Amino acid sequence: MKLLGLDYTDISHAFSEEELMVQKTVREFVDSELAPVIDDHFREGSFPFDFVKKFGELGLLGINLPTEYGCAGMSNLAYGLVCQELERCDSGIRSFVSVQGSLVMYPIFAFGSDDQKNKYLPALASGEMIGCFGLTEPDYGSNPSGMITRATKTTGGYLLNGAKMWITNGSIAHLAVVWAKTEDGKIHGFLVDTASEGFSAPMMKNKWSLRASITSELIFNQVFVPEENMLPSVSGLKGPLSCLNQARYGIGWGTLGAAMAMYETALNYAKTRIQFDRPIAGFQLTQEKLVWMLTEITKAQLLALQVGKNKDSGTLRHQQVSMLKRNNTWVARECAKLAREILGANGISGEYPIMRHLMNIESVYTYEGTHDMHTLIMGEDITGTSAIR
Amino acid sequence: MKICVLMKQVPDNDSAIILSNDSSSIKLNDITWCTNESDTYALEEALLMKEAHGGEVVACSFGRESSQQVIKDALAKGADRGLYISEEESDGFDILSTAKIFTQALKDENFDLIFSGLQSNDSGNAQLGLLLAEMLNMSHAALVMGTEVLNDTRIKVKQELEGGWFQWTELDLPASITIQSGLNKPRYASLRGIMMMKKKPIDIFDSSQIDSTGSKNKIFLDKMYIPQKVKETTFIEGTPDEIASKLGDLMINDIKVF
Ligand SMILES: Cc1cc2nc3c(=O)[nH]c(=O)nc-3n(C[C@H](O)[C@H](O)[C@H](O)COP(=O)(O)OP(=O)(O)OC[C@H]3O[C@@H](n4cnc5c(N)ncnc54)[C@H](O)[C@@H]3O)c2cc1C
Repeated sequence: MKLLGLDYTDISHAFSEEELMVQKTVREFVDSELAPVIDDHFREGSFPFDFVKKFGELGLLGINLPTEYGCAGMSNLAYGLVCQELERCDSGIRSFVSVQGSLVMYPIFAFGSDDQKNKYLPALASGEMIGCFGLTEPDYGSNPSGMITRATKTTGGYLLNGAKMWITNGSIAHLAVVWAKTEDGKIHGFLVDTASEGFSAPMMKNKWSLRASITSELIFNQVFVPEENMLPSVSGLKGPLSCLNQARYGIGWGTLGAAMAMYETALNYAKTRIQFDRPIAGFQLTQEKLVWMLTEITKAQLLALQVGKNKDSGTLRHQQVSMLKRNNTWVARECAKLAREILGANGISGEYPIMRHLMNIESVYTYEGTHDMHTLIMGEDITGTSAIR
Repeated sequence: MKICVLMKQVPDNDSAIILSNDSSSIKLNDITWCTNESDTYALEEALLMKEAHGGEVVACSFGRESSQQVIKDALAKGADRGLYISEEESDGFDILSTAKIFTQALKDENFDLIFSGLQSNDSGNAQLGLLLAEMLNMSHAALVMGTEVLNDTRIKVKQELEGGWFQWTELDLPASITIQSGLNKPRYASLRGIMMMKKKPIDIFDSSQIDSTGSKNKIFLDKMYIPQKVKETTFIEGTPDEIASKLGDLMINDIKVF
């Protein structure tokens, strides 16, 4: 079996048979089910809701978590390939799966009680239940440690007050993993039932990016959260950051998928678009753009592969994930511009996926730690000096 | 129900077909392989039947080493075990010899049902299911668009006839039936299914060890060629009514799009 799609340096052998089969099944599913409807959803600003259960049936939710909770128990390389295939279609779809698996299921798995795991993980894995992850606030984005949302102790639990912003899946979620400060100023994770009194999640309108993904505010007005819904095994920023690290890993692979889609579209277009009596692919300037894309995507792919191997062998350092997220999202962003140029006027048309990817990548460049924040994380790692603390 | 699904690995529709220098075969190196389309519907029908009535689904393929992928895909979708008949030169077997090989490999299994796709996308014989019915003494129905299990010994099948007509037929088991694409919606392999695949057995037969007495080819391939595309422009003249009627005639009888 071979890796499907772009594979210039022949790396199929680096994947197991199961991992390659996972890529194949997800690609088939995406190409025949999602690709035909994604443009309409993007245009209308709607999330393809009926797909959630299908994602669950396929096993795309919490891929790398253990089978005892109804998850697929697969490797991180398989998870990476899934993200690549989903984002080859649209970053919004991959975002849904990232949030559900890495930002909602992972913290419950890593920091939750047995009761929490048994109660929530199977329902989240099957897609019966949708989750969201609330960390960012209107005034605290790159610097979440300053968060204002508070959890005050009351009989039998906590009262949550505050607001979160830019929360993927917020308005459609049944369960929100919310990070808030307790009276001692420590950050804790809370599993909030979105049907609770005092909770509301208005949808954020007027987005020009990730339009096929729901983004919301979360508003907490004296929301009661029972004691047993606090994540017991973590406190401090380490909690949310370790979740983000899972998701960022997936993003590194996902953006690779978007870049591949744009490269393939541009290559095919260049081969068939005739100007000055020959295909524009024959012009040196076009070739330079295509070769740049291919080379950067291939390097990004090799980086993703190595980081994935480190993650599977347990030797991964989070700074490597920063490099992966930072580099691969940047590559996709640059590829978007080049692909758009190669397609000429058609590059801005909805007949081709370029503009949709181009707009999506702008969100991905910013969320889960902006490009610059990852520069600072790596900068601190190699110089020993933090630029922010 | 013990059901065997015959599945063939064929070149993907988008694969570039390049002929060998002597035009006797196609070059295999550049081909992307996939499961023959109607076989995937046959598998789905078998899996649905197993889910409704219990039993076992066995995926069986005859062909070169890479054909095992077809079986693995079927196992990942829910088939219980695989039966692989290895033969690197399977393309050189005519359909009668192929049927004889299958007969030998399947005869001791006592399947209640053998499902196959209507025909393979590459050689397009559409005969294997019929030949197996004869050789294994099973009832047969071709072009099946629907199935209904009546009891342990009988099933009812919906067959496609000409001109948009259908017919329901009852068959005694065991039966070999050939399945038409489109009768169901083949499932995707789930990630859990893929993880389970490794734990399911694939029995391997070497076709040279199968007693295939009398399986000498009766059909010989002369040569292959890739049809030349010729573009022909026909101008239809006349009044709008005449043009419409000539155009209709052309589409129905010449191009056969209706
Ligand atoms: C579509 C979308 C979905 C999202 N989904 C979620 C979600 O599900 N859950 C969630 O919690 N959040 C989510 N976010 C929020 C996202 O994580 C934040 O937007 C991100 O962390 C950046 O925060 P900010 O937008 O407030 O930018 P700011 O932090 O205000 O940054 C603005 C700019 O300043 C730069 N900057 C900031 N500090 C420094 C510094 N010290 N040195 C140099 N440059 C600096 C940044 O790099 C950036 O370029 C989402 C965002 C979007 C767009």
